[in-house]
Amino acid sequence: MTLILEQTEKEMRQVYAETVYELAQQDPKVIVMEADLSSSMSTGSLKETLPGQYVNVGIMEANMMSMAAGLSVTGRKPFLHSFGQFLTRRAFDQLFVSLGYAQLSAVLVGSDAGVTAEHNGGTHMTFEDMGLMRSVPKASVYEASDPTLLKYLLKKGYAEGGLHYIRTIRKATAKLYDEDTNFEKAQVLREGNDVTIVASGIMVVEALQAAETLKEEGIEATVIDMFYIKPLDGETLLKAAKKTGKVVTAENHNVNNGLGSAVCEYLAENHPVPVRRIGVKEQFGQVGLTPYLQEVYELTAADIVKAAKELVTK
Amino acid sequence: MLAKDLETAAKQIRLYTLKELKALGFGHFGGSLSIVEALSVIYGKHLNVNKETAKDPNRDYFVLSKGHGGPALYATLFLKNFFTEDVLYTLNQNGTSLPSHPDRNLTPGVDMTCGSLGQGISAATGIAYGNKLAGLDNKTYCIVGDGELNEGQCWEAFQFASHHKLENLIVLLDDNKKQLDGLTKDIIDPLDFVAKFKAFGFETVKVDGNSVDAIDKAIQQAKANKGKPQAIILDTIKGQGVKHLEEKADNHHVRPNDEDWKAINEAIEKLEKELEGVLV
Repeated sequence: MTLILEQTEKEMRQVYAETVYELAQQDPKVIVMEADLSSSMSTGSLKETLPGQYVNVGIMEANMMSMAAGLSVTGRKPFLHSFGQFLTRRAFDQLFVSLGYAQLSAVLVGSDAGVTAEHNGGTHMTFEDMGLMRSVPKASVYEASDPTLLKYLLKKGYAEGGLHYIRTIRKATAKLYDEDTNFEKAQVLREGNDVTIVASGIMVVEALQAAETLKEEGIEATVIDMFYIKPLDGETLLKAAKKTGKVVTAENHNVNNGLGSAVCEYLAENHPVPVRRIGVKEQFGQVGLTPYLQEVYELTAADIVKAAKELVTK
Repeated sequence: MLAKDLETAAKQIRLYTLKELKALGFGHFGGSLSIVEALSVIYGKHLNVNKETAKDPNRDYFVLSKGHGGPALYATLFLKNFFTEDVLYTLNQNGTSLPSHPDRNLTPGVDMTCGSLGQGISAATGIAYGNKLAGLDNKTYCIVGDGELNEGQCWEAFQFASHHKLENLIVLLDDNKKQLDGLTKDIIDPLDFVAKFKAFGFETVKVDGNSVDAIDKAIQQAKANKGKPQAIILDTIKGQGVKHLEEKADNHHVRPNDEDWKAINEAIEKLEKELEGVLV
């Protein structure tokens, strides 16, 4: 059965723009930084509505990153947006040294997660960003699957200080959460005893669809939206792994160094169970629409179903 | 204590930079010595920072973007009473608070962590921008290296500073003509720094970087200038103030030989003699 999920009214980018606006209204120290992708992220109007709290630095991500560190030295609270690969791949040493090593604060928001870069293609498509960010000591790494969650994560990063990376898409998503959801832990969206599917970002919807399909074949799946990539919500994972004894991970990212790796590392040390990782394997990005690219990189519900069945029938 | 007289202050900083590097036995002699005069003028006269004002947002800021000049900055911070002399001789020792490159979380008085070249000038630009947005009347001083300006990120920062008219940012370029592997003109010829900074929208002046008076006058003028970021090109010599090291071809990171030690020890003795009676 095809799962029908309601789409969110607002796009992720609108929620980003509204949330940083709200935070900036409350706190004059908040500063929103863009590197010439403002119109892509719906933050263009902040130039007028947030004078002195919004700056478009131009196409210079490296400078933006180290400048954010300088702004943090003066007590400001920077929010930086760019496409994920420009923040992480391009300005990695800057975010590592100027922000991470120097122990300064910024919330980095990398948009166009993985295949959702679509027509921008391989140069703009990042399957590595969570891996890069996971390797920065003390940095937090999240992937937002829904606007309510994105809003929560932005506020969390602001409130906690330090370095935070939030991975997101720009468009609307399936509506997964109510406004009053408690996001302190990863969300268990479905309970089943046979297999656990741990997903993040756009793969959460694929995981829910996979669980629906598996049910038709008599396999009951637990589905977790593991938006806490680092620190990983080990508690929620462990509980599910103990119950089902089998885990499939699903990420719109390289299977190395992202969600799948984080889950395997945790389980290997705490409760070793068989795992299959759904994600991009040793490949670069390319142009194409999201559904096409999901087929190409084997990021579909069907791929999750196949992996889950392999585990369950083993 | 750092002397009020700037020539004396420069001698003090040079003396303690040499003693500090001598205690370690090797290090970045060349690029530390070439910024001694600039540090003496900045910390001796213009930068309104001391241990008491360190947390005051209205104070001035200093960023040593060419982080390998750290030893000279540490000598200066010691003379400004940020820490005691014994700390100075722990440079780069295990567990030290004085690493090769300045670290804001380890060393009292250090405003920004630098060492990965090109990043300090961006951070300084961020500090100046933040302070300008806050309507503060303070200045941010940043020393960059001529080799460091190979890094494209520096020029990104300069574009930003110029576009946003950061008149509160004073960039001092240590133009000592050398980078790690040799002469800048042989590796990546910088051409005309003055013309480049002017083209990037900076109020630009070139001065003798060995002259505290010339540097002082340039900074005074830079502080008074409005509407543009300020660039002061310091015509310096790598190894400045120790003839033997100035003439040594490979003087970026030096593991002194016997001849070098003789010159370094003589320079220390000479400076100690000249500074006799001057309180530290």
